[in-house]
Amino acid sequence: MTHPLTIRLDNCAKTWPDGTRALAPLNLSIDAGETLALLGPSGCGKTTLLRMICGLESADEGGRIRFGDDDVTQVAPEARGVGVVFQGYALFPNMNVAGNVGYGLKIRGVDAASRRRRVAEMLELVELEALAERRIDQLSGGQRQRVALARAIAIEPRVLLLDEPLTALDARLRQQLRVDLAKLLKTLGITCVIVTHDQEEAMMLGDRVAVMSAGRLEQLGAPETLYRDPASPFVADFLGTLCRLEGGEVATRHGVAALTFRPHEVELAPPGQGLPARVQARFFLGSHIRFELALADGQRFTALAAPDAIWQPGDTVSALIEQARVA
Amino acid sequence: MRHSRFDTRLGLTATLAVVAFLIGPVLLSVTAGVTRNYFVGLSSGLTLDWIVQVWDLYADTIWRSYAVALATLAITTIIGVPAAWVLTLFPGRLSRLLEELLTLPVAVPGLATALALIVSWGSVGWLRSSVAFIVIGHVLFTLPFMVRAVRAGMQGADLMVLDEAAATLGASRRRRFFDIIVPAASSGIVTGALTVVTLSIGEFNLTWLLHTPLTKTLPVGLADSYASMRLEVASAYTLVFLLMLLPLMVGLQWIAARSTRHGGLGLGAST
Repeated sequence: MTHPLTIRLDNCAKTWPDGTRALAPLNLSIDAGETLALLGPSGCGKTTLLRMICGLESADEGGRIRFGDDDVTQVAPEARGVGVVFQGYALFPNMNVAGNVGYGLKIRGVDAASRRRRVAEMLELVELEALAERRIDQLSGGQRQRVALARAIAIEPRVLLLDEPLTALDARLRQQLRVDLAKLLKTLGITCVIVTHDQEEAMMLGDRVAVMSAGRLEQLGAPETLYRDPASPFVADFLGTLCRLEGGEVATRHGVAALTFRPHEVELAPPGQGLPARVQARFFLGSHIRFELALADGQRFTALAAPDAIWQPGDTVSALIEQARVA
Repeated sequence: MRHSRFDTRLGLTATLAVVAFLIGPVLLSVTAGVTRNYFVGLSSGLTLDWIVQVWDLYADTIWRSYAVALATLAITTIIGVPAAWVLTLFPGRLSRLLEELLTLPVAVPGLATALALIVSWGSVGWLRSSVAFIVIGHVLFTLPFMVRAVRAGMQGADLMVLDEAAATLGASRRRRFFDIIVPAASSGIVTGALTVVTLSIGEFNLTWLLHTPLTKTLPVGLADSYASMRLEVASAYTLVFLLMLLPLMVGLQWIAARSTRHGGLGLGAST
Protein backbone atom coordinates (compact mmCIF):
# COMPACT_ATOMS: atom_id res chain seq x y z
CA MET A 1 0.00 0.00 0.00
CA THR A 2 1.18 3.50 -0.72
CA HIS A 3 1.61 5.90 2.14
CA PRO A 4 -1.76 7.45 3.08
CA LEU A 5 -2.03 11.16 2.48
CA THR A 6 -3.99 14.15 3.69
CA ILE A 7 -6.72 15.71 1.55
CA ARG A 8 -7.26 19.43 1.90
CA LEU A 9 -10.06 21.40 0.33
CA ASP A 10 -9.77 25.18 0.53
CA ASN A 11 -12.63 27.44 -0.36
CA CYS A 12 -14.23 24.84 -2.63
CA ALA A 13 -17.66 25.83 -3.91
CA LYS A 14 -19.78 24.51 -6.75
CA THR A 15 -22.27 26.48 -8.79
CA TRP A 16 -24.11 24.80 -11.65
CA PRO A 17 -24.25 26.53 -15.05
CA ASP A 18 -27.85 27.57 -14.35
CA GLY A 19 -26.70 29.47 -11.24
CA THR A 20 -27.84 26.98 -8.59
CA ARG A 21 -25.47 26.68 -5.65
CA ALA A 22 -24.69 23.01 -5.05
CA LEU A 23 -22.00 23.70 -2.50
CA ALA A 24 -21.20 26.80 -0.48
CA PRO A 25 -17.47 27.60 -0.13
CA LEU A 26 -16.07 24.93 2.11
CA ASN A 27 -12.83 24.19 3.89
CA LEU A 28 -12.18 20.64 4.85
CA SER A 29 -9.15 18.69 5.89
CA ILE A 30 -9.15 14.91 5.85
CA ASP A 31 -6.34 13.32 7.80
CA ALA A 32 -4.03 10.69 6.32
CA GLY A 33 -5.48 7.23 6.81
CA GLU A 34 -8.73 8.58 8.16
CA THR A 35 -12.20 7.54 7.00
CA LEU A 36 -14.47 10.54 6.75
CA ALA A 37 -18.18 10.00 6.30
CA LEU A 38 -20.15 12.68 4.48
CA LEU A 39 -23.65 12.42 5.86
CA GLY A 40 -26.73 14.29 4.77
CA PRO A 41 -30.08 14.07 3.02
CA SER A 42 -30.18 13.75 -0.78
CA GLY A 43 -29.37 17.00 -2.53
CA CYS A 44 -27.21 18.32 0.31
CA GLY A 45 -24.11 18.41 -1.91
CA LYS A 46 -22.27 15.42 -0.47
CA THR A 47 -21.96 13.59 -3.79
CA THR A 48 -20.87 16.82 -5.50
CA LEU A 49 -18.13 17.17 -2.91
CA LEU A 50 -17.02 13.58 -3.53
CA ARG A 51 -17.00 14.16 -7.30
CA MET A 52 -14.86 17.25 -6.76
CA ILE A 53 -12.29 15.22 -4.85
CA CYS A 54 -11.94 12.66 -7.66
CA GLY A 55 -12.00 15.32 -10.37
CA LEU A 56 -15.26 14.41 -12.09
CA GLU A 57 -16.54 17.85 -11.08
CA SER A 58 -14.41 20.97 -10.94
CA ALA A 59 -14.60 23.47 -8.09
CA ASP A 60 -15.62 27.05 -8.78
CA GLU A 61 -12.89 29.59 -9.41
CA GLY A 62 -10.80 30.09 -6.28
CA GLY A 63 -11.21 26.59 -4.87
CA ARG A 64 -8.15 24.46 -4.26
CA ILE A 65 -7.82 20.75 -3.66
CA ARG A 66 -4.59 19.27 -2.39
CA PHE A 67 -3.53 15.66 -1.92
CA GLY A 68 -0.63 15.86 0.52
CA ASP A 69 1.63 18.49 -1.03
CA ASP A 70 0.25 18.11 -4.58
CA ASP A 71 -2.22 20.67 -5.82
CA VAL A 72 -4.62 18.51 -7.87
CA THR A 73 -7.21 21.23 -8.58
CA GLN A 74 -6.45 21.17 -12.31
CA VAL A 75 -5.57 17.49 -12.56
CA ALA A 76 -7.90 15.32 -14.68
CA PRO A 77 -9.65 12.41 -12.93
CA GLU A 78 -7.60 9.83 -14.84
CA ALA A 79 -4.39 11.26 -13.39
CA ARG A 80 -5.50 11.72 -9.76
CA GLY A 81 -5.00 8.12 -8.65
CA VAL A 82 -8.28 8.02 -6.78
CA GLY A 83 -10.20 4.77 -6.36
CA VAL A 84 -13.94 5.32 -6.60
CA VAL A 85 -16.80 2.97 -5.79
CA PHE A 86 -19.82 4.41 -7.58
CA GLN A 87 -23.34 4.30 -6.27
CA GLY A 88 -24.59 1.82 -8.89
CA TYR A 89 -21.07 0.24 -8.94
CA ALA A 90 -20.62 1.07 -12.66
CA LEU A 91 -19.04 -2.30 -13.43
CA PHE A 92 -18.10 -2.81 -17.08
CA PRO A 93 -20.66 -5.22 -18.55
CA ASN A 94 -18.34 -6.28 -21.37
CA MET A 95 -15.72 -7.64 -18.97
CA ASN A 96 -15.87 -10.43 -16.41
CA VAL A 97 -15.03 -10.01 -12.72
CA ALA A 98 -11.27 -10.40 -13.21
CA GLY A 99 -11.42 -8.05 -16.22
CA ASN A 100 -13.10 -5.37 -14.17
CA VAL A 101 -10.71 -5.67 -11.24
CA GLY A 102 -7.67 -5.71 -13.52
CA TYR A 103 -8.76 -2.88 -15.82
CA GLY A 104 -6.95 -0.10 -13.96
CA LEU A 105 -3.77 -2.20 -13.92
CA LYS A 106 -4.06 -2.90 -17.63
CA ILE A 107 -4.32 0.84 -18.25
CA ARG A 108 -1.17 1.31 -16.20
CA GLY A 109 0.63 -1.16 -18.43
CA VAL A 110 1.12 -3.80 -15.74
CA ASP A 111 2.14 -7.06 -17.45
CA ALA A 112 -0.34 -9.94 -17.62
CA ALA A 113 1.35 -12.13 -14.99
CA SER A 114 1.63 -9.45 -12.31
CA ARG A 115 -1.87 -8.35 -13.16
CA ARG A 116 -3.23 -11.83 -12.63
CA ARG A 117 -1.46 -12.06 -9.30
CA ARG A 118 -2.74 -8.69 -8.13
CA VAL A 119 -6.32 -9.46 -9.27
CA ALA A 120 -6.23 -12.76 -7.37
CA GLU A 121 -4.95 -10.93 -4.30
CA MET A 122 -7.78 -8.36 -4.52
CA LEU A 123 -10.45 -11.00 -5.05
CA GLU A 124 -9.15 -12.84 -2.03
CA LEU A 125 -9.38 -9.66 0.00
CA VAL A 126 -13.08 -9.29 -0.85
CA GLU A 127 -13.65 -13.06 -0.73
CA LEU A 128 -14.63 -13.51 -4.36
CA GLU A 129 -11.80 -15.82 -5.51
CA ALA A 130 -14.25 -18.34 -6.92
CA LEU A 131 -16.03 -15.83 -9.13
CA ALA A 132 -13.11 -14.44 -11.15
CA GLU A 133 -14.49 -15.69 -14.46
CA ARG A 134 -18.13 -14.73 -13.84
CA ARG A 135 -19.93 -12.21 -16.00
CA ILE A 136 -21.17 -9.13 -14.18
CA ASP A 137 -24.84 -9.89 -14.85
CA GLN A 138 -24.38 -13.22 -13.06
CA LEU A 139 -23.48 -11.53 -9.77
CA SER A 140 -25.71 -10.60 -6.84
CA GLY A 141 -25.86 -7.04 -5.53
CA GLY A 142 -23.49 -7.77 -2.66
CA GLN A 143 -20.98 -9.45 -4.98
CA ARG A 144 -21.10 -6.50 -7.36
CA GLN A 145 -20.40 -4.15 -4.50
CA ARG A 146 -17.30 -6.15 -3.58
CA VAL A 147 -16.09 -6.31 -7.20
CA ALA A 148 -16.43 -2.53 -7.39
CA LEU A 149 -14.42 -2.21 -4.19
CA ALA A 150 -11.73 -4.62 -5.43
CA ARG A 151 -11.52 -2.71 -8.73
CA ALA A 152 -11.09 0.59 -6.90
CA ILE A 153 -8.33 -0.59 -4.56
CA ALA A 154 -6.48 -2.73 -7.14
CA ILE A 155 -4.82 0.40 -8.53
CA GLU A 156 -3.37 1.18 -5.07
CA PRO A 157 -5.14 4.52 -5.03
CA ARG A 158 -3.87 7.43 -2.97
CA VAL A 159 -7.43 8.08 -1.85
CA LEU A 160 -10.52 5.86 -1.77
CA LEU A 161 -13.95 7.34 -2.34
CA LEU A 162 -17.20 5.47 -1.80
CA ASP A 163 -20.51 6.90 -2.98
CA GLU A 164 -23.43 5.30 -1.11
CA PRO A 165 -21.63 1.95 -1.31
CA LEU A 166 -24.34 -0.04 0.46
CA THR A 167 -27.54 1.80 -0.47
CA ALA A 168 -28.44 -0.52 -3.35
CA LEU A 169 -28.46 -3.59 -1.09
CA ASP A 170 -31.21 -5.01 1.08
CA ALA A 171 -31.22 -4.31 4.81
CA ARG A 172 -29.83 -7.63 6.08
CA LEU A 173 -26.96 -7.72 3.59
CA ARG A 174 -26.23 -4.08 4.31
CA GLN A 175 -25.70 -4.87 7.99
CA GLN A 176 -23.22 -7.63 7.14
CA LEU A 177 -21.29 -5.71 4.47
CA ARG A 178 -21.10 -2.65 6.70
CA VAL A 179 -19.13 -4.67 9.24
CA ASP A 180 -16.93 -6.20 6.51
CA LEU A 181 -16.30 -2.81 4.97
CA ALA A 182 -15.36 -1.25 8.31
CA LYS A 183 -12.86 -4.05 8.87
CA LEU A 184 -11.44 -3.73 5.35
CA LEU A 185 -10.99 0.05 5.63
CA LYS A 186 -9.09 -0.44 8.87
CA THR A 187 -6.83 -3.03 7.19
CA LEU A 188 -6.13 -0.81 4.21
CA GLY A 189 -5.37 2.24 6.30
CA ILE A 190 -6.02 4.41 3.26
CA THR A 191 -7.48 7.91 3.36
CA CYS A 192 -11.13 7.34 2.59
CA VAL A 193 -14.25 9.43 2.05
CA ILE A 194 -17.60 7.74 2.17
CA VAL A 195 -20.86 9.39 1.16
CA THR A 196 -24.05 8.16 2.78
CA HIS A 197 -27.50 9.30 3.87
CA ASP A 198 -27.66 6.54 6.46
CA GLN A 199 -26.61 7.82 9.90
CA GLU A 200 -25.84 4.36 11.25
CA GLU A 201 -23.57 3.65 8.27
CA ALA A 202 -21.81 6.98 8.74
CA MET A 203 -21.30 6.42 12.45
CA MET A 204 -20.02 2.87 11.98
CA LEU A 205 -17.64 3.54 9.11
CA GLY A 206 -16.49 7.09 9.72
CA ASP A 207 -13.69 7.97 12.10
CA ARG A 208 -15.21 11.39 11.74
CA VAL A 209 -18.57 12.36 10.32
CA ALA A 210 -19.30 15.54 8.38
CA VAL A 211 -23.00 16.35 8.47
CA MET A 212 -24.10 18.36 5.46
CA SER A 213 -27.30 20.18 4.70
CA ALA A 214 -28.29 22.36 1.74
CA GLY A 215 -24.76 22.65 0.35
CA ARG A 216 -23.18 23.50 3.69
CA LEU A 217 -21.10 21.69 6.28
CA GLU A 218 -23.21 21.69 9.45
CA GLN A 219 -20.81 19.97 11.80
CA LEU A 220 -17.68 17.86 11.64
CA GLY A 221 -16.56 15.57 14.40
CA ALA A 222 -16.35 12.10 15.85
CA PRO A 223 -19.70 10.23 15.75
CA GLU A 224 -20.06 10.37 19.54
CA THR A 225 -19.40 14.07 19.68
CA LEU A 226 -22.04 14.74 17.02
CA TYR A 227 -24.57 12.59 18.81
CA ARG A 228 -23.95 13.89 22.31
CA ASP A 229 -23.17 17.46 21.46
CA PRO A 230 -24.90 18.43 18.22
CA ALA A 231 -24.16 21.95 17.05
CA SER A 232 -27.59 22.50 15.53
CA PRO A 233 -31.09 21.01 15.73
CA PHE A 234 -30.54 19.68 12.20
CA VAL A 235 -27.51 17.63 13.25
CA ALA A 236 -29.28 16.43 16.39
CA ASP A 237 -32.32 15.33 14.45
CA PHE A 238 -30.36 13.76 11.60
CA LEU A 239 -28.38 11.56 13.99
CA GLY A 240 -31.32 9.72 15.51
CA THR A 241 -34.67 10.92 16.80
CA LEU A 242 -34.72 14.07 18.85
CA CYS A 243 -37.77 15.02 20.93
CA ARG A 244 -38.61 18.49 22.06
CA LEU A 245 -41.12 19.61 24.68
CA GLU A 246 -41.75 23.15 25.81
CA GLY A 247 -43.81 25.50 27.97
CA GLY A 248 -46.50 24.79 30.57
CA GLU A 249 -45.83 21.66 32.56
CA VAL A 250 -42.21 21.46 31.39
CA ALA A 251 -41.50 24.98 32.62
CA THR A 252 -42.99 24.40 36.03
CA ARG A 253 -41.37 21.03 36.64
CA HIS A 254 -37.96 21.53 35.05
CA GLY A 255 -37.67 25.27 35.34
CA VAL A 256 -36.66 25.64 31.65
CA ALA A 257 -38.41 26.97 28.57
CA ALA A 258 -37.89 23.80 26.55
CA LEU A 259 -36.43 20.32 26.79
CA THR A 260 -34.72 18.34 24.07
CA PHE A 261 -33.89 14.70 24.61
CA ARG A 262 -33.55 11.38 22.84
CA PRO A 263 -36.17 8.64 23.17
CA HIS A 264 -33.87 6.36 25.18
CA GLU A 265 -33.31 9.12 27.72
CA VAL A 266 -36.90 8.90 28.92
CA GLU A 267 -37.85 6.62 31.78
CA LEU A 268 -41.51 5.73 32.23
CA ALA A 269 -42.89 5.35 35.76
CA PRO A 270 -46.27 5.11 37.46
CA PRO A 271 -48.05 8.49 37.63
CA GLY A 272 -46.93 10.94 40.24
CA GLN A 273 -43.24 11.78 39.86
CA GLY A 274 -42.40 13.23 36.44
CA LEU A 275 -44.24 14.76 33.50
CA PRO A 276 -47.73 13.25 33.31
CA ALA A 277 -48.29 11.74 29.85
CA ARG A 278 -50.75 9.44 28.17
CA VAL A 279 -49.65 6.38 26.13
CA GLN A 280 -51.00 6.72 22.61
CA ALA A 281 -49.31 3.80 20.90
CA ARG A 282 -47.06 0.91 21.80
CA PHE A 283 -44.77 -0.92 19.33
CA PHE A 284 -43.02 -4.08 20.43
CA LEU A 285 -39.65 -4.22 18.63
CA GLY A 286 -37.97 -7.19 20.29
CA SER A 287 -35.03 -5.60 22.06
CA HIS A 288 -37.19 -2.71 23.25
CA ILE A 289 -40.67 -1.21 23.15
CA ARG A 290 -41.31 2.08 21.48
CA PHE A 291 -44.00 4.24 23.10
CA GLU A 292 -45.65 7.22 21.47
CA LEU A 293 -46.80 9.55 24.24
CA ALA A 294 -48.63 12.87 24.56
CA LEU A 295 -48.69 15.51 27.30
CA ALA A 296 -52.02 16.90 28.50
CA ASP A 297 -51.54 19.94 26.23
CA GLY A 298 -51.13 17.70 23.17
CA GLN A 299 -47.31 17.82 22.71
CA ARG A 300 -46.09 14.44 21.54
CA PHE A 301 -42.84 12.60 22.13
CA THR A 302 -41.30 9.14 21.86
CA ALA A 303 -39.83 6.94 24.55
CA LEU A 304 -37.93 3.65 24.37
CA ALA A 305 -38.46 1.21 27.21
CA ALA A 306 -37.23 -2.26 28.10
CA PRO A 307 -39.18 -5.13 26.50
CA ASP A 308 -40.88 -5.94 29.81
CA ALA A 309 -42.58 -2.52 30.13
CA ILE A 310 -46.18 -3.03 31.12
CA TRP A 311 -47.82 0.16 29.81
CA GLN A 312 -50.64 -0.08 27.30
CA PRO A 313 -52.28 2.53 25.06
CA GLY A 314 -54.61 4.69 27.14
CA ASP A 315 -52.56 4.35 30.35
CA THR A 316 -51.38 7.44 32.13
CA VAL A 317 -47.70 7.36 33.06
CA SER A 318 -45.11 9.82 34.19
CA ALA A 319 -42.05 10.50 32.10
CA LEU A 320 -38.75 11.00 33.85
CA ILE A 321 -36.37 12.68 31.47
CA GLU A 322 -32.71 12.14 32.33
CA GLN A 323 -29.83 14.12 30.94
CA ALA A 324 -32.36 16.66 29.81
CA ARG A 325 -30.76 19.40 27.78
CA VAL A 326 -31.91 22.96 27.67
CA ALA A 327 -32.73 23.87 24.12
CA MET B 1 -59.80 -9.62 -22.60
CA ARG B 2 -61.47 -12.27 -24.74
CA HIS B 3 -61.90 -11.87 -28.43
CA SER B 4 -64.89 -13.32 -30.20
CA ARG B 5 -64.21 -15.85 -32.91
CA PHE B 6 -65.51 -13.33 -35.43
CA ASP B 7 -62.93 -10.74 -34.35
CA THR B 8 -60.13 -13.26 -34.65
CA ARG B 9 -61.22 -14.30 -38.14
CA LEU B 10 -61.58 -10.71 -39.25
CA GLY B 11 -58.10 -9.89 -37.96
CA LEU B 12 -56.58 -12.92 -39.63
CA THR B 13 -58.27 -12.15 -42.94
CA ALA B 14 -57.15 -8.54 -42.85
CA THR B 15 -53.57 -9.53 -42.06
CA LEU B 16 -53.49 -12.12 -44.83
CA ALA B 17 -54.92 -9.60 -47.26
CA VAL B 18 -52.20 -7.09 -46.43
CA VAL B 19 -49.51 -9.75 -46.71
CA ALA B 20 -50.88 -10.88 -50.07
CA PHE B 21 -50.94 -7.28 -51.24
CA LEU B 22 -47.30 -6.77 -50.25
CA ILE B 23 -45.82 -10.15 -51.10
CA GLY B 24 -47.95 -10.99 -54.14
CA PRO B 25 -46.20 -8.75 -56.66
CA VAL B 26 -42.81 -9.84 -55.34
CA LEU B 27 -43.73 -13.52 -55.73
CA LEU B 28 -45.07 -12.88 -59.24
CA SER B 29 -41.88 -11.09 -60.18
CA VAL B 30 -39.73 -13.87 -58.75
CA THR B 31 -41.78 -16.46 -60.62
CA ALA B 32 -41.36 -14.46 -63.81
CA GLY B 33 -37.60 -14.54 -63.30
CA VAL B 34 -37.47 -18.32 -63.51
CA THR B 35 -40.19 -18.87 -66.11
CA ARG B 36 -39.07 -19.67 -69.67
CA ASN B 37 -41.72 -17.45 -71.23
CA TYR B 38 -43.82 -15.38 -68.90
CA PHE B 39 -46.48 -14.58 -71.50
CA VAL B 40 -47.09 -18.26 -72.08
CA GLY B 41 -47.01 -18.92 -68.35
CA LEU B 42 -45.52 -21.57 -66.07
CA SER B 43 -46.45 -24.24 -68.65
CA SER B 44 -43.50 -23.01 -70.74
CA GLY B 45 -41.26 -24.51 -68.05
CA LEU B 46 -38.82 -23.26 -65.42
CA THR B 47 -35.29 -22.13 -66.16
CA LEU B 48 -32.23 -20.53 -64.58
CA ASP B 49 -31.15 -19.10 -67.95
CA TRP B 50 -32.40 -15.64 -67.15
CA ILE B 51 -30.43 -15.55 -63.94
CA VAL B 52 -27.31 -16.62 -65.80
CA GLN B 53 -27.98 -13.88 -68.33
CA VAL B 54 -28.39 -11.33 -65.56
CA TRP B 55 -25.10 -12.47 -64.13
CA ASP B 56 -23.36 -12.09 -67.47
CA LEU B 57 -24.79 -8.64 -68.07
CA TYR B 58 -24.84 -7.13 -64.61
CA ALA B 59 -22.38 -9.00 -62.36
CA ASP B 60 -20.26 -5.87 -62.17
CA THR B 61 -23.19 -3.83 -60.77
CA ILE B 62 -23.70 -6.44 -58.06
CA TRP B 63 -20.06 -6.37 -56.97
CA ARG B 64 -20.03 -2.60 -57.21
CA SER B 65 -23.11 -2.37 -54.99
CA TYR B 66 -21.43 -4.54 -52.39
CA ALA B 67 -18.26 -2.48 -52.58
CA VAL B 68 -20.17 0.79 -52.29
CA ALA B 69 -22.16 -0.59 -49.35
CA LEU B 70 -19.02 -1.74 -47.54
CA ALA B 71 -17.19 1.54 -48.15
CA THR B 72 -20.26 3.45 -46.97
CA LEU B 73 -20.43 1.23 -43.91
CA ALA B 74 -16.76 1.77 -43.08
CA ILE B 75 -17.06 5.55 -43.36
CA THR B 76 -20.37 5.85 -41.48
CA THR B 77 -18.98 3.66 -38.69
CA ILE B 78 -15.76 5.64 -38.37
CA ILE B 79 -17.65 8.95 -38.36
CA GLY B 80 -20.97 7.91 -36.85
CA VAL B 81 -19.95 6.03 -33.72
CA PRO B 82 -17.69 8.75 -32.28
CA ALA B 83 -20.23 11.37 -33.37
CA ALA B 84 -23.00 9.54 -31.50
CA TRP B 85 -20.82 9.42 -28.39
CA VAL B 86 -19.97 13.11 -28.58
CA LEU B 87 -23.67 13.96 -28.97
CA THR B 88 -24.44 11.75 -25.95
CA LEU B 89 -21.60 13.23 -23.87
CA PHE B 90 -22.54 16.83 -24.51
CA PRO B 91 -26.30 17.05 -24.66
CA GLY B 92 -27.55 20.55 -25.31
CA ARG B 93 -28.98 22.87 -27.89
CA LEU B 94 -25.92 22.60 -30.13
CA SER B 95 -26.08 18.79 -30.13
CA ARG B 96 -29.75 18.82 -31.03
CA LEU B 97 -29.09 21.29 -33.84
CA LEU B 98 -26.26 19.11 -35.14
CA GLU B 99 -28.44 16.04 -35.06
CA GLU B 100 -31.20 17.83 -36.97
CA LEU B 101 -28.67 18.98 -39.56
CA LEU B 102 -27.39 15.44 -39.85
CA THR B 103 -30.92 14.20 -40.50
CA LEU B 104 -31.51 16.72 -43.29
CA PRO B 105 -30.36 14.48 -46.17
CA VAL B 106 -33.04 11.97 -45.15
CA ALA B 107 -35.82 14.52 -45.42
CA VAL B 108 -34.53 16.26 -48.57
CA PRO B 109 -35.31 14.24 -51.72
CA GLY B 110 -32.31 12.22 -52.84
CA LEU B 111 -32.41 13.91 -56.22
CA ALA B 112 -31.90 17.30 -54.59
CA THR B 113 -28.98 16.05 -52.50
CA ALA B 114 -27.41 14.49 -55.57
CA LEU B 115 -27.85 17.66 -57.54
CA ALA B 116 -26.22 19.66 -54.75
CA LEU B 117 -23.29 17.23 -54.79
CA ILE B 118 -22.93 17.51 -58.54
CA VAL B 119 -23.07 21.29 -58.40
CA SER B 120 -20.39 21.48 -55.72
CA TRP B 121 -18.06 18.61 -56.72
CA GLY B 122 -19.07 17.71 -60.27
CA SER B 123 -16.28 19.74 -61.81
CA VAL B 124 -13.64 17.65 -60.07
CA GLY B 125 -13.24 15.25 -62.96
CA TRP B 126 -11.71 12.17 -61.34
CA LEU B 127 -14.25 12.35 -58.50
CA ARG B 128 -17.27 12.79 -60.76
CA SER B 129 -16.38 9.68 -62.75
CA SER B 130 -15.41 7.48 -59.80
CA VAL B 131 -17.41 5.22 -57.52
CA ALA B 132 -16.24 7.40 -54.63
CA PHE B 133 -18.77 10.00 -55.74
CA ILE B 134 -21.59 7.51 -55.17
CA VAL B 135 -20.09 6.52 -51.83
CA ILE B 136 -20.13 10.18 -50.72
CA GLY B 137 -23.83 10.40 -51.59
CA HIS B 138 -24.58 7.18 -49.74
CA VAL B 139 -22.66 8.34 -46.66
CA LEU B 140 -24.67 11.58 -46.58
CA PHE B 141 -27.91 9.63 -46.81
CA THR B 142 -27.09 6.79 -44.36
CA LEU B 143 -25.01 8.57 -41.70
CA PRO B 144 -28.05 9.80 -39.74
CA PHE B 145 -29.36 6.23 -39.53
CA MET B 146 -26.05 5.06 -38.10
CA VAL B 147 -25.88 7.92 -35.60
CA ARG B 148 -29.49 7.40 -34.50
CA ALA B 149 -29.08 3.65 -34.02
CA VAL B 150 -25.82 4.02 -32.08
CA ARG B 151 -27.23 6.81 -29.90
CA ALA B 152 -30.24 4.66 -29.06
CA GLY B 153 -27.84 1.89 -28.03
CA MET B 154 -25.82 4.33 -25.94
CA GLN B 155 -28.78 5.75 -24.10
CA GLY B 156 -29.94 2.35 -22.90
CA ALA B 157 -26.90 1.53 -20.77
CA ASP B 158 -25.70 4.12 -18.29
CA LEU B 159 -22.60 4.83 -20.32
CA MET B 160 -21.74 8.16 -18.73
CA VAL B 161 -21.18 6.47 -15.36
CA LEU B 162 -19.15 3.65 -16.95
CA ASP B 163 -17.07 6.30 -18.69
CA GLU B 164 -16.49 8.12 -15.40
CA ALA B 165 -15.57 4.86 -13.68
CA ALA B 166 -13.00 4.11 -16.37
CA ALA B 167 -11.66 7.65 -16.04
CA THR B 168 -11.04 7.27 -12.31
CA LEU B 169 -9.18 4.04 -13.09
CA GLY B 170 -6.82 6.06 -15.24
CA ALA B 171 -8.10 5.47 -18.77
CA SER B 172 -7.80 8.32 -21.28
CA ARG B 173 -10.85 9.49 -23.20
CA ARG B 174 -9.72 7.60 -26.30
CA ARG B 175 -9.00 4.43 -24.35
CA ARG B 176 -12.39 4.63 -22.62
CA PHE B 177 -14.12 5.02 -25.96
CA PHE B 178 -12.63 1.82 -27.36
CA ASP B 179 -12.56 -0.26 -24.16
CA ILE B 180 -15.91 0.63 -22.64
CA ILE B 181 -18.17 2.67 -24.89
CA VAL B 182 -17.85 0.76 -28.17
CA PRO B 183 -18.44 -2.69 -26.61
CA ALA B 184 -21.35 -1.39 -24.54
CA ALA B 185 -22.94 0.21 -27.60
CA SER B 186 -22.19 -2.81 -29.81
CA SER B 187 -25.80 -3.84 -30.40
CA GLY B 188 -26.64 -0.30 -31.55
CA ILE B 189 -23.59 -0.29 -33.80
CA VAL B 190 -24.55 -3.62 -35.40
CA THR B 191 -28.14 -2.48 -35.92
CA GLY B 192 -26.86 0.74 -37.47
CA ALA B 193 -24.41 -1.18 -39.67
CA LEU B 194 -27.09 -3.49 -41.06
CA THR B 195 -29.40 -0.54 -41.70
CA VAL B 196 -26.65 1.31 -43.53
CA VAL B 197 -25.76 -1.69 -45.71
CA THR B 198 -29.42 -2.39 -46.53
CA LEU B 199 -30.12 1.23 -47.40
CA SER B 200 -26.95 1.55 -49.45
CA ILE B 201 -27.60 -1.59 -51.51
CA GLY B 202 -31.14 -0.48 -52.30
CA GLU B 203 -30.43 3.25 -52.81
CA PHE B 204 -31.68 4.53 -56.19
CA ASN B 205 -32.63 8.23 -56.01
CA LEU B 206 -29.18 9.62 -55.34
CA THR B 207 -27.30 7.00 -57.27
CA TRP B 208 -29.38 7.55 -60.39
CA LEU B 209 -27.98 11.06 -60.70
CA LEU B 210 -24.52 10.34 -59.39
CA HIS B 211 -23.63 7.31 -61.50
CA THR B 212 -21.87 7.20 -64.84
CA PRO B 213 -22.30 4.34 -67.38
CA LEU B 214 -19.19 2.80 -65.84
CA THR B 215 -20.31 3.15 -62.22
CA LYS B 216 -23.77 1.56 -62.29
CA THR B 217 -24.96 0.00 -59.06
CA LEU B 218 -27.48 -2.80 -58.75
CA PRO B 219 -30.65 -0.67 -58.44
CA VAL B 220 -29.53 1.53 -61.32
CA GLY B 221 -28.85 -1.60 -63.36
CA LEU B 222 -32.30 -2.82 -62.39
CA ALA B 223 -33.90 0.32 -63.77
CA ASP B 224 -31.79 -0.10 -66.87
CA SER B 225 -32.93 -3.69 -67.35
CA TYR B 226 -36.59 -2.78 -66.80
CA ALA B 227 -36.26 -0.16 -69.49
CA SER B 228 -34.32 -2.15 -72.05
CA MET B 229 -34.53 -5.92 -71.41
CA ARG B 230 -37.30 -8.45 -71.65
CA LEU B 231 -39.45 -8.85 -68.54
CA GLU B 232 -37.96 -12.23 -67.55
CA VAL B 233 -34.43 -10.80 -67.30
CA ALA B 234 -35.59 -7.83 -65.23
CA SER B 235 -37.49 -10.21 -62.97
CA ALA B 236 -34.51 -12.50 -62.58
CA TYR B 237 -32.52 -9.40 -61.65
CA THR B 238 -35.10 -8.61 -58.96
CA LEU B 239 -34.67 -12.15 -57.69
CA VAL B 240 -30.90 -11.68 -57.41
CA PHE B 241 -31.47 -8.41 -55.62
CA LEU B 242 -33.79 -10.08 -53.11
CA LEU B 243 -31.29 -12.87 -52.52
CA MET B 244 -28.70 -10.25 -51.65
CA LEU B 245 -30.96 -8.25 -49.40
CA LEU B 246 -32.86 -10.98 -47.56
CA PRO B 247 -29.96 -12.26 -45.40
CA LEU B 248 -29.34 -8.69 -44.27
CA MET B 249 -33.00 -8.17 -43.35
CA VAL B 250 -33.12 -11.44 -41.44
CA GLY B 251 -29.86 -10.55 -39.69
CA LEU B 252 -31.33 -7.21 -38.67
CA GLN B 253 -34.39 -8.83 -37.15
CA TRP B 254 -32.30 -11.45 -35.40
CA ILE B 255 -30.03 -8.87 -33.81
CA ALA B 256 -32.96 -6.71 -32.76
CA ALA B 257 -34.60 -9.70 -31.09
CA ARG B 258 -31.34 -10.79 -29.46
CA SER B 259 -30.45 -7.42 -28.04
CA THR B 260 -33.90 -6.90 -26.51
CA ARG B 261 -33.50 -10.26 -24.79
CA HIS B 262 -29.95 -9.78 -23.54
CA GLY B 263 -29.79 -6.01 -23.34
CA GLY B 264 -26.59 -6.09 -25.32
CA LEU B 265 -24.45 -8.37 -27.36
CA GLY B 266 -21.80 -8.86 -24.72
CA LEU B 267 -19.11 -8.42 -27.36
CA GLY B 268 -15.60 -7.53 -26.40
CA ALA B 269 -12.70 -9.06 -24.60
CA SER B 270 -12.27 -9.78 -20.94
CA THR B 271 -9.32 -9.40 -18.60
